[in-house]
Amino acid sequence: MYQSNGEKFFVVDEHMHYWNAAPDNWVPGAEQYAKGWIECFHAYMGLGPPETHWPLEHFQKYSEEDLMKDAFEDGHVDVGIFQPTYLKEWYKEGFNTTERNARLAEKHPGKLISNTRWDPRDGDAGIEKLRRDVERFGCKGVKLYTAEWNAGSRGWKLTDPAAYRFLEETQKLGIKNVHLHKGPTIWPLDKDAFDVSDVDHAATDFTELNFIVEHSAIPRIDDFCYMATQEPNVYAGLAVVIGALMHARPKFFARVIGELLFWVGEDKMLFGSDYAIWEPKWQVEGFINWEFPDDEAFSDYPRMTTASKKKIMGLNAAKLYDIKVPDEFQLPAEAGTPGAHEILGEGSPQPTGP
Amino acid sequence: MTPGGVPGGSGRVEPPRTMLLQALETVRDPELDEPITSLGFVASCTVSPDGKARVRLRLPTYFCAPNFAYLMVADAYDAVSAVPGVVSAEVVLEDHFASDPINGGVAAGAGFARSFDGEAAGELEQLRADFLRKAVLAGTDQVCRPLLAAGHDPAALLAMRLGEVPPSPALDRLRQRRAGLGLPAGDDDPLLLDPATGAPVGADALPLHLRRAHLTRVSIEANSGICRGMLRHRYGTPGAGQTAV
Repeated sequence: MYQSNGEKFFVVDEHMHYWNAAPDNWVPGAEQYAKGWIECFHAYMGLGPPETHWPLEHFQKYSEEDLMKDAFEDGHVDVGIFQPTYLKEWYKEGFNTTERNARLAEKHPGKLISNTRWDPRDGDAGIEKLRRDVERFGCKGVKLYTAEWNAGSRGWKLTDPAAYRFLEETQKLGIKNVHLHKGPTIWPLDKDAFDVSDVDHAATDFTELNFIVEHSAIPRIDDFCYMATQEPNVYAGLAVVIGALMHARPKFFARVIGELLFWVGEDKMLFGSDYAIWEPKWQVEGFINWEFPDDEAFSDYPRMTTASKKKIMGLNAAKLYDIKVPDEFQLPAEAGTPGAHEILGEGSPQPTGP
Repeated sequence: MTPGGVPGGSGRVEPPRTMLLQALETVRDPELDEPITSLGFVASCTVSPDGKARVRLRLPTYFCAPNFAYLMVADAYDAVSAVPGVVSAEVVLEDHFASDPINGGVAAGAGFARSFDGEAAGELEQLRADFLRKAVLAGTDQVCRPLLAAGHDPAALLAMRLGEVPPSPALDRLRQRRAGLGLPAGDDDPLLLDPATGAPVGADALPLHLRRAHLTRVSIEANSGICRGMLRHRYGTPGAGQTAV
């Protein structure tokens, strides 16, 4: 919970990690990838305020106590959602697995939600594992990382037939939320690994699922916005958008938020800190107290109101995950900002080809 | 040494380092549509008295997409090799998960698909064209925003020809990008066109076209901001030929 100017905000952090990326978890022979990955993450932390930077050693492996303090004691988070990332070719026990996250979540009922994951290349065994995870941990969401390396393959896309089989199973198991994260590699490597057109197709074909595109598809926020405006079940995760831009590039941040408000809309934007890349505290406080710069260049964007911030900071995610939000944090009445369709009228985007 | 000096003996003109840097300035990051020099991606750049050029490139992360990385290394190799007086060129991408296949593939002139045997279905021209189209859209915003701010009615842009737009570096750049795609870029050609088809933009499509052009520019500029920040965190030193950090 965060309070500012007499307004109370319920905070759901929809993108948190509890990883172990220390050398004791590196796969022999793949050390350079394990090291490269966590150092890349650490560089992202460098885009936050200097006083929030951690030394690399602490960043590689932090404790349960660190996480609980950073998110819940200091960081104003009411409910956190774990998004697992496996990377088992590089990290012996995985980077942050469903099991590792769930063990922590079980100690703090009501505070932490543990999502699971799947990889279409795991075939029948992967389907079985998904069923077991859902049964055991009651998962309502999955996190998918399309650039994961798996037995010689450098990645996959949602429209692969094998992925459709998993999406069908996901829907059948009652999972509602599919969090998607694109990375730098895919098969084949000559294609743009960050391309989001597969999300467009999957969202059309699986209307009972919500597709939350993490990092708002940075570095393809343009393609993402254009696609999301056409798909009612596509959402924008703000992890990295806030962490990488709000402090380091405030003008670009304002423009990106403006574009997201215009194309995606405040009802489909979800706060995520990407902890431990960045601590939630400065992001929650900074975002809730943020205003568009007083500049003509930002005048044609929808406004960011207190109601917008309440939705983005927690109410939208609470709806997706059936999180009970006390009345004091609720909005008095639904107040929406018109989306791109209403504003653009005739010229609105039409569904595009493959 | 005299700039552009002539080494004794062979009579061959030694290319000064500035010529190499000028050549590297023509190499762009296809995603960010900016020279690799101003982005700080050139770690070092030297040329020996006997014409051997050596260039080291660096990127913001260990995991930057290998296809774009390959394009930059291959383009840098071609640009440097074309400098008069360069007899051999070595271009090396450092600190990247795919350094070996990229460096080896470029040095051997193997092309992308052979450099990543079994992992790529084709070459990268389609990818390059897709991103040139984005550069055209972003460039359209850069040219149109000042016109709109100066009081031009959006509808007036529909009838405007490139030759009627006041000269600016942004306009030159837009014309270059359009020409690079084989799209019309002459004085009598329309300011606004669909970068995918080359067709003029109709009145109905105008609001969306301008919005999308701005969106594309915002996306590229945000990416550029993130990449610069990551590179600075990773290396902390300016690149060769980088005037502004």
